[in-house]
Amino acid sequence: MRRRSLLVATGVGLTGPALLAGCAAPALRTGAGGRAEAADVALLNRVTWGVDSASLATWNQLQRRDYLQAQLNPGADAPLPPAAQAQIDALPLLNKPMPTWVVEMEQRRRDADALTDNDAKKAAQQTYQQDMNRLARDAATQMLLRALYSTSQLREQLTWFWFNHFNVHQYKANLRAMVGDYEGRLRTHALGKFRDLLIASATHAAMIRYLDNEQNAANRINENYAREVMELHTLGVDGGYSQKDVQELARVLTGLGVNFSDKQPNLRPALQALYVREGPTEFNPARHDMGEKLVLGTRIGGQGWAEIMDQLTRLARHPSTATHVSRQLAIYFVADQPPPALAERMSRAFSASDGDIALTLQAMFDAPEFSASLTRKFKDPLHYVVSAVRLAYDGKTILNCAPMLGWLNRLGQGLYNRQTPDGYPMDEAAWSGSGQMGTRFEIARAIGGGSAGLFRAEGATADAPAFPQLSNALYHGTLAPTFGERTRAALDAATSPQEWNIVLLSSPEFMYR
Amino acid sequence: MQRRDFLRHATALPLTAGSVRLLAAPKDTPRVLVVFLRGAYDAASLLVPVSSSFYYEQRPNIAIARPGSAADAAMPLNAEWALNPALIDTMLPLFERQQLAFVPFAGTDDTSRSHFETQDSIELGQPLVGSTRNFQSGFMNRLAQVLGARGLANQSIAFTNQLPLTFRGDVQVPNLSLANLGKPAFDARQSQLIAGMYEGSGLAGNVREGFAVRDEAAREINGEMQGGSMAGEMLAASRNAITAKGFEGEARRIARLMRERYHLGFVDVGGWDTHVGQGAGTGYLANRLAELGKGLAAYADEMGPAWNDSTVVVVSEFGRTFKENGNRGTDHGHGSVYWVLGGAVRGGRVVGEQVAVAPASLFQNRDYPVLNEYRSLLGGLFTRLYGLSPAQVQQVFPGAAPRDLGLV
Repeated sequence: MRRRSLLVATGVGLTGPALLAGCAAPALRTGAGGRAEAADVALLNRVTWGVDSASLATWNQLQRRDYLQAQLNPGADAPLPPAAQAQIDALPLLNKPMPTWVVEMEQRRRDADALTDNDAKKAAQQTYQQDMNRLARDAATQMLLRALYSTSQLREQLTWFWFNHFNVHQYKANLRAMVGDYEGRLRTHALGKFRDLLIASATHAAMIRYLDNEQNAANRINENYAREVMELHTLGVDGGYSQKDVQELARVLTGLGVNFSDKQPNLRPALQALYVREGPTEFNPARHDMGEKLVLGTRIGGQGWAEIMDQLTRLARHPSTATHVSRQLAIYFVADQPPPALAERMSRAFSASDGDIALTLQAMFDAPEFSASLTRKFKDPLHYVVSAVRLAYDGKTILNCAPMLGWLNRLGQGLYNRQTPDGYPMDEAAWSGSGQMGTRFEIARAIGGGSAGLFRAEGATADAPAFPQLSNALYHGTLAPTFGERTRAALDAATSPQEWNIVLLSSPEFMYR
Repeated sequence: MQRRDFLRHATALPLTAGSVRLLAAPKDTPRVLVVFLRGAYDAASLLVPVSSSFYYEQRPNIAIARPGSAADAAMPLNAEWALNPALIDTMLPLFERQQLAFVPFAGTDDTSRSHFETQDSIELGQPLVGSTRNFQSGFMNRLAQVLGARGLANQSIAFTNQLPLTFRGDVQVPNLSLANLGKPAFDARQSQLIAGMYEGSGLAGNVREGFAVRDEAAREINGEMQGGSMAGEMLAASRNAITAKGFEGEARRIARLMRERYHLGFVDVGGWDTHVGQGAGTGYLANRLAELGKGLAAYADEMGPAWNDSTVVVVSEFGRTFKENGNRGTDHGHGSVYWVLGGAVRGGRVVGEQVAVAPASLFQNRDYPVLNEYRSLLGGLFTRLYGLSPAQVQQVFPGAAPRDLGLV
């Protein structure tokens, strides 16, 4: 049985603004000076974190084919708006490389624990915790500013997708000092080869620590990572592996650990050549099970690090991985229950290209099922919040991401805050419960009602003058004609500009992408 | 059972989606709260097989000490089993009042040992073989349907941030986390303005109910805090040093809503996946159990007289490996221990099918076996509680063979 082969038995599935579906697509005069069809806007809403004037202008300039090519092959980062780049440049996180932060913070933790005066100890521990929180918050700030303002919108969407796919939780051990670096590593490969993504994740200290592989040693097996890498990252739960495969893969993965010190373990001469160190990631042959293993029908053993790389490569190239990863991408970008024909086409593109993500997505964009799905995918909280801020402050860079981080936490999708390795769910039913809708309207109120702290630079006591301008050219030029009668009536009934904003951000049309 | 039969059963019931039901709970309807321990708690550290030398051999570092042998030793419940010492203040009194029973070797026949897979399969409560999983039909939603069809009040609620799978289905069930709750943000006109946009869409029911439940919960809880007649947070604060924090405070708020408004509730508690350093009579796991115990005791206390018709069932997706791992923790296993507590529960017992804890009785040579399958167990319990007919139990747990353990 397939884990996610869902039945739409009760009609809770695609209940979005079906009113959009039959809507003719008139050519619209856009605020950005070009012409955009409603279908184009819908596609932009799917490829980006939410349509804004800048993305629309690029679309009008390049047109569909070139726009998608540019998104699929973004190359080096284009500069962010200066006000956004200045915020990133000021983040303490970026002053030092990740391993340096980890070592420093560990030392501070030990120093704090060693204090004998209780008050001094408590104070030192508190500062340590605050600074750890700060490191994770810096990473989140960088992530949000890129989602809001990067021209490589698709890459930013995928960066989040891959983090969620290879999820780690910031509050395990000292991962708060690592999540930014981990995310950056995944971002490098976001549109590249799946094998590189898998290895980037497998060999990053954040993942090794999060799923306990640093505890996994010969004769002291810890199955945690071995299981999740097959179940969640590659083959999928019905991908054709057994409990025995989990145990055997765990043996293969023994010795893959983390070492932040500048010392090497003492090794017998025979083992020294097998030792591998890449930054804080370490392969310690003394902890590795050198015996023969049988994983998914293949015998393997005696090679150490090469054996791990080989096994991860096999997993990345397994047919079940093509199916599972393609399907996950389709759930994220197309529908809670992707049309089987589409998932199949993506899976073929994945296999034919040795797991090339850009080509897999290309196959998705070209599919009629993709176009047919536009405006029908329910926004998870992150898509909701980012698209709302992109629209509300179109062209005006926010100065503080903290309010957005707070909203995401309230909506149950805080960045780096999913405890379990399965990542946040991506289907509508997971985010549209009555309590969640209620919270979402409260966030709409916060965003639509005023500047909400988004323009209070760190250290400032008041917001810079700013007011959400949702009734803007972008709205009137592109969105308004696609909104249904009930929503327009509610907008007309609003008694103030604030309320008009809140109604717009609370509308069913704005809940979908 | 074939999938189409299952669906026919599910759809034969009246569709109540979209209706907002906030009537007060009639006093005679049993109240059931399901507490899901997500992450697979180590059941062998809760209900300790103290008569088994095998247990002490397999867990040299994390076994709970034999009764009387240490300050943090297990507390005997009968000749075979003893309780984790972290629960002596909270759960032992309930056990002694015969309001708490444990069912060892409980769980599901799902052997994926995946948290997510198994949590899903338990929440859905569908047969494991012979049908495709329907992720829009959880067993608690089907139970609410059956109760509704029988004319029993069936107001249901999930005290969670997200609507759990178990409550997905044809009956509209609200979700509202009580871990922290603010004042309603919208007045009646604004709520109407927003809800009006959703008329006729699939989210209309959720949106209306979202507004209604928020208002209701805020009235209930704030009203008490302003000195209402019911035992509220203020009163609770005088009895206990900590109330609003952690699970205990949340459990009190849940109890208030369950007492006044709801029959069927669900809440989940995480943090049980103890692969590393789980501790023994003290330590990480003992602290988690202590917090859980405080919450459950607070729930019983806050229910007041309504405790007499209340039942709480504590479940988890699977147990953990019987042998400790190389990191003084435990890995994913199979059989668990479920808890059943309530004013009318026939407790003070360790019930259900049992087997001596010995090498030969382990499942796949590593885990507790499952001898009390959860669908049979809960099917039997619901039959007793609500007087369900066999056909009605089949609607809740298609294909299950309900087993009456005489828990109520």
